[in-house]
Amino acid sequence: MAKVPVQFTLNGSEKAEFVESGTTLLAALRDKIGDTSPKGGCHQGTCGACSVIIDGELRLSCLTLAETCGGADIKTTAGLAEGGVLHPLQRAFLDAFATQCGFCTPGMIMAAKVLLDRTPNPSREDVVEALSGNICRCTGYEPIIQAVLLAARANSQNAA
Amino acid sequence: MSLALRTFSSMKDANAALQVSGTRYLGGGTLVVRAANEGDVAVSSLVRVDDPGLSQIAVSGGKVRLGASVTMAAVARHPELAALAPAARAVGGPAIRNMATVGGNLFAPAPYGDFAVALLALDATVVTEGGEMPIETFLAGRDTSRVIVTAVGFSLPRAESFRFLKVSRVKPKGVSVLSIAALLELAPDGTVTSARIALGCMADRPIRAKAAEKALLGCKLTQQEIAPALAAAGEGIAPITDPVASAWYRAEVLPVHLGRLLLN
Amino acid sequence: MELRKDYFADVRKDGLHEIGQARPRLDSPGHVTGKTAYFADRNFPGMLHLKMVRSPHHHARIRSIDTSEAERHPGVVKVLTAKDVPHNVYTILILIQVGPEDETVLADGKVRWKGEAVVAVLAESERAAQEAAAKVKVDYEVLPAVFDMEEALKPGAPLVNEYHGQNYYLYDSGECRKVRFGDVEAGFAGADHILEQSYQSSPIEHAPTETTGCVVAPEGNDRFTCYTNTQAMFFTLDNTSIILQMPGSKLHFVGGTVGGGFGGKVDVIVEPIAILGAKLTGRPVCFIYSREEEMQISSPRAAEKVVIKDGVMKDGRIVARKVTGYTDAGAYSRHSPYGAQKGAAHYPGPYTIPNVWIDTYCVYTNRTPSSAMRGFGVTIGDFALEVQMDKLARLIGMDPLEFRFINAYRDGDMKAHRQPTEGAALIECMQEASRAADWPVAEKYMAMSSYRKGA
Repeated sequence: MAKVPVQFTLNGSEKAEFVESGTTLLAALRDKIGDTSPKGGCHQGTCGACSVIIDGELRLSCLTLAETCGGADIKTTAGLAEGGVLHPLQRAFLDAFATQCGFCTPGMIMAAKVLLDRTPNPSREDVVEALSGNICRCTGYEPIIQAVLLAARANSQNAA
Repeated sequence: MSLALRTFSSMKDANAALQVSGTRYLGGGTLVVRAANEGDVAVSSLVRVDDPGLSQIAVSGGKVRLGASVTMAAVARHPELAALAPAARAVGGPAIRNMATVGGNLFAPAPYGDFAVALLALDATVVTEGGEMPIETFLAGRDTSRVIVTAVGFSLPRAESFRFLKVSRVKPKGVSVLSIAALLELAPDGTVTSARIALGCMADRPIRAKAAEKALLGCKLTQQEIAPALAAAGEGIAPITDPVASAWYRAEVLPVHLGRLLLN
Repeated sequence: MELRKDYFADVRKDGLHEIGQARPRLDSPGHVTGKTAYFADRNFPGMLHLKMVRSPHHHARIRSIDTSEAERHPGVVKVLTAKDVPHNVYTILILIQVGPEDETVLADGKVRWKGEAVVAVLAESERAAQEAAAKVKVDYEVLPAVFDMEEALKPGAPLVNEYHGQNYYLYDSGECRKVRFGDVEAGFAGADHILEQSYQSSPIEHAPTETTGCVVAPEGNDRFTCYTNTQAMFFTLDNTSIILQMPGSKLHFVGGTVGGGFGGKVDVIVEPIAILGAKLTGRPVCFIYSREEEMQISSPRAAEKVVIKDGVMKDGRIVARKVTGYTDAGAYSRHSPYGAQKGAAHYPGPYTIPNVWIDTYCVYTNRTPSSAMRGFGVTIGDFALEVQMDKLARLIGMDPLEFRFINAYRDGDMKAHRQPTEGAALIECMQEASRAADWPVAEKYMAMSSYRKGA
C-alpha cells in the first residue's frame, strides 16, 4: 500500500498529507484532514452531497482522487463562514428554512456558491440548473431554491 | 491490494502500462472511480496522462478536434460549439460536467453516454496513438479496446442541421430513458437529402437508426411524410432494461420522441 | 402561512404563541456550517471496515461456507459467520411480545431473500474488506422461491420462513388481524349498489441521502459506544443487548442525527454485527451501507394488496365495507405484523360505516424484508380507500366531496375497532378545502360540524 504525498490549499490554509494511492478526495478530507462537511451519500456521482469547489469549479470529491489535486485551491462549506460570520448563503439557508436533515446542505451550498460567484443575479431557472446535480430527499427543493435567490438579493443589496 | 494510480507524461508509456490486467484509464473519474467505490475489485490499477494537449479544443476550417480530456462543461461553454452544447449539457449535473470527459463518454455504458450519441450522429473519428478510426468501428470494439483515446474529430455541423434530444423522467436532470441525435441536410424545398440518426439506450452502446435514416430520404419533415421513418426507428434495436425503464417501454416511446425531434 | 382561527374557536384556548410562527430550527446552524456531526463523521484510529457477503439467491439452502481464503487475504482481521453471533435468531418486535424470533443476523443453513447477510468481513481498509468478501465461498442449493402474496398463501407454496411454519403471520386472532362491526352481509343485502375493487402497490425505497450505518468504538472497559443513525435508538439498544447477550449497561448509543430516514432506519441491522466485530477484535468498526445496499438491502415500504367491497345507498350513505388487506413482509417480520395490524384498524377510513368486516394478512415471500415507512400500514390503504370513494361517488352520480361529507366521521361516532371518535376535524378540513380549491358544495355541508352532530 504505497502512500503518496498530497498538498493543496483547503479553505485558505495549506494542507499536506500522505494518503494511500487511489484515495478519494472525499476520504482524504474527511478521514485525514478532518473536514467532514462534504458528505458521502452515494459515492457514485449521483447525489452531490460531497460537492466541493476545486480551483473555482464545482467537483464531486467522491469521484476525485486526492493525488490528482496537488496544488489545487479547494473550498468546502466548512470554510465559508469568516470570523464566525455566516456567508450570505448560509444565512439565507437558515432564514428560508432550507435545511431539514441537513445532509445535502453542504453540497447544496457549494453548488449555489459557484453559481452566485459567476451569476450574481440568477434567474430561478439558473438556480434550478445549478442545483440539478444535488439531491435532497427530505424534498425541500423549493425552500432551497428560495434560499439561493434570497442570498443573491442580499448580495446585490450589500453591493448597492 | 489497494487501488493505485500512476501518472504518465507520455501516451506511449501510459498505453504500455494499460496492458497490465486490472488496469483502467482514469479520465474524469466518473466511471472508473465510481466502479471502485462500488466495490469493483477487478480494477486494481489506474493510469492517466497529464498532457495538457488532451484538454484542448481546436476549431478551424469547419473541423473540430476535441482532446479526450476535454470536459462536458468545456464543450458546453465553447462559443464555436453551440450546436453541441445541448448534448454536452445533457450529461449529469454541473459538477459531473466539470469532470466527465469526451473520451470517457465513449466508454460509458447505457443509460450513460449521451454525448457519444451526438458524436455518432456526427460520424466522428476516434483518435488513438495507433491511428484514427470511425466512431462506429470504435464503439463496436470498445469492450476489448486496450488503447487510450487521445481525441475525437468531426466536421462542425451547422446549428440548424444538428438536433439532439435526451428524455429523462426526473427534471431537470435525470438518467436517460433514451437520447437521440440527428444530423439532417435539407434541400431548399425542405426535402431531406441526407440523414444520420444515432440512438442512446437502444442497445448497450450508441447505435445508428439506419432504417429510419433511409426512410427519411426524400421526405419533407411533416407528420405524414416522416411516418415511415418513425415506423422503421425500432429496426435493429435492443433497448436496455434498468430501473428507469424497461426495454419494452423504451421501444414503445422511441418513435414518439423521434417524431418530436424531427418535427420540432 | 395563514392560520384560520374561525374553526373550533369556541372549543380552543387561543393563547397560541408558537403555532403559526416561523421559529429558527435549532439544528440549522450546524447544518449550514457543516458542523452537524452525523455518525459517519466520527473517525477513530485503527478503525476496521465491515463488508457483508450477501446471498445471490432468493431462496437457498447453504451447504457449506469456506472463509479460509478470505481470512488469509492481506488486511483482513476477522471473518464472522452465524456461529459467532451469541443469539443469532431475533425479531425486532419481541420487545413488545410480538414473536416468534424469525430472522438471522447472519444466515444459518438457509437464505430466504436475495441480499441476505451471510458472512461479515472486517478489514483494515474498505478495499481489503471488499476483496476478501469476494473470496468467501458459499455453496448454495437453490430452492424454489415465491414472490407473490396470493401464491404464497396457496397450499403447496414454498415455505419461506420455518420459524413461522406457514407463509403468514399467526396473530392471536388467527391467520389474519380481524375487525368485525355490525353485520356486513346484512349491510350488503340492503345496499342499493355494491362495488368491489382491488388495489395494489409495489415496494418503495426511502432512499435517504445518508445511507444506513454505524461506527462503533470499544471503550476499553468491555463497554462499547455505537454512533448510529438509527431512528429507533432504544429498540436498537435493547435488541442489540439480546442478540449479543450483553447487558444494556455495556452499550452506549449515540444518535439522534439522521441524514434522512423516513422510517427506513428503524430496523436493527447494522449495529449488532458491528458491535460484535468491535468486541471480538478490540478495534473500532464502521459498517456503512453502500448506495447499492441502501437501495437493494435496506427494508422498503411493503408491497400491499387491498380488496375493498362496499355497499352504498343512492342517498350517499356507505352501509357496509369489507376489506381484505395483504402486506408483503418479505422473508422476515421486522415491523410488518404491526403494519398489517394498523391497516385493520384503519381501513374504514375517516368514515362512519355501520357494518364493517376487515381481514389483514401479513404474508411472507422471498422478497427483501419490508418495514416502516411514513404511515406504513395505512398510506397505501388511504390511496385505495380514496380512489374507492371517488368510484363510489361516480357510481351513484354524486359529487365526490359531498359524498365524503355524508360519510365523514364525527366526534362520538364509534369506529369499527371500538374506539370512539374524538377530536375529528375532517368536516372542517373539507370545508376549507372546498373554499381553497374553489370546489363548491351544498350549503348544508358547509354548515356541518365535526363536534355538533345536529348541525
